[in-house]
Amino acid sequence: MKKLTRRSFLKKAAIGGLAAAAPLKMVEVVYGQGAQEKFTFAVISDAHLTHIKGTKFVRNFDEGLERAVTEVSFMDPPPDFVVFGGDLAQLGKKEELEHGLEKLSKLSLPIKFVIGEHDFYLDMGEYWQKHIAPLNYSFDHKGVHFVVLNSILTYDSWINQFKDPMERMLGMARLDNPHGSPFIVGEEGRRWLKKDLAKLSPDTPIIVLTHSPLYKIFKPWNFWTDDAEKVQAILARFKKVTVMHGHVHQIIYNQIGNISFYAFMSTAWPWPYPPTYTQKPNNFPKITVMMNRADPFHERDGTGWSWAEVAAGRVTHHYELWENTPRTVYYDEKLGHPVDKDYQDPSKRIPPQIHY
Amino acid sequence: MFNKILVLLAVFGLLVLASNARSDEFTKEDLKKWHEAFMEVVKEGERLFHSPLGRNKVSCDMCHPNAANTHPETYPKFQKQLGKVVELRDMINWCIQNPLEGDPLPLDDPRMIALEAYIKWERRGVPLAPGKH
Repeated sequence: MKKLTRRSFLKKAAIGGLAAAAPLKMVEVVYGQGAQEKFTFAVISDAHLTHIKGTKFVRNFDEGLERAVTEVSFMDPPPDFVVFGGDLAQLGKKEELEHGLEKLSKLSLPIKFVIGEHDFYLDMGEYWQKHIAPLNYSFDHKGVHFVVLNSILTYDSWINQFKDPMERMLGMARLDNPHGSPFIVGEEGRRWLKKDLAKLSPDTPIIVLTHSPLYKIFKPWNFWTDDAEKVQAILARFKKVTVMHGHVHQIIYNQIGNISFYAFMSTAWPWPYPPTYTQKPNNFPKITVMMNRADPFHERDGTGWSWAEVAAGRVTHHYELWENTPRTVYYDEKLGHPVDKDYQDPSKRIPPQIHY
Repeated sequence: MFNKILVLLAVFGLLVLASNARSDEFTKEDLKKWHEAFMEVVKEGERLFHSPLGRNKVSCDMCHPNAANTHPETYPKFQKQLGKVVELRDMINWCIQNPLEGDPLPLDDPRMIALEAYIKWERRGVPLAPGKH
């Protein structure tokens, strides 16, 4: 792995008396609007730990999360913090959430938690809020305003039809549920967001972390937030806005107006790309170069984690794809949207990136 | 005269068919009935596809919502990981045995037929492309 070789070099360089070499990268100041300091954060998402019974959990998904935790721990220099992008559990069970927390406890870095629908719909976020994190919160880091926004709520009419919490959870957990219900941030969430951003100047770089994409890709699988346009409108006055989200288990990036969007990988399994389901139309972003088709015989193929480099308020997103070539997607100032470092030019694409 | 005989024969033929249907004759009601019988199997296939078929609670739809990425139109094909030409049902059994940690179904098991019916129904309209990787 090239990446580890480079990092090992940095580590050796630091040990060998060239200590300044590694930290230099981290303290380099980018002059310009707001003079934000460069930094990195790691992302682990969509672990979907699944309880079988007693002490038994699905081995495959456990191993995905464990591998991501190990690799993030070995990042050198370490990231400033780790984002967990939601869906720690498969069916929102206490056993699953606690199993996940135990695995994540091996990280000695601060974790910023985003809730996913699989964590929420069994107890409507009770355990999460009590033991893990609030559903909406924000923090400032080296000149960037981060917002964790709960985007996986839905309409009361759908929620209220269930008497049994597990039935409700199963109804939401089934991605292709024809009787499902689209995600929303909701009025209260949007009001909170507006208030949270009220005092910031339009020059402040904003990074919003959500579980569902804050735009509309494919309704049948809930790659969709129903009030996305209203949320985008609240973010419209800022010059640099990045939304990073989980839920889709694949490389997707997009640009809508002033907002750049990047999706997280899952540590558990990859979802198919929406255009591969031919019975329903989709709004899949045209600028995305899809990741390679996953080989099911290689259990970790199509899964992974990522790390974001933030400089001058823009994100460069490095996808660490297990059993596959890593990918880097960055914001191109000239084009005004994210591009893939190696494959954006159609003549550079490779056959495994063709999905059908 | 010849035409009259033809007409008489045709009328006679129709009467025979009306009273005693031949194998190549069927009605709209028949079509409806057969489609309903097929859709019942599709529905059962959909249920199985969304149920744990092995020992670990994992189900087919977790990786294949709406049976996407199963490519039934490409089988039989050379499955590079198995090193030979196989049918869709061989891959269904591979998935049951590996990600789902279960036992393979007999190839003529009604559950296998139901799974295939659901997978192909979700892929209806896509041209056949046997052998395509």
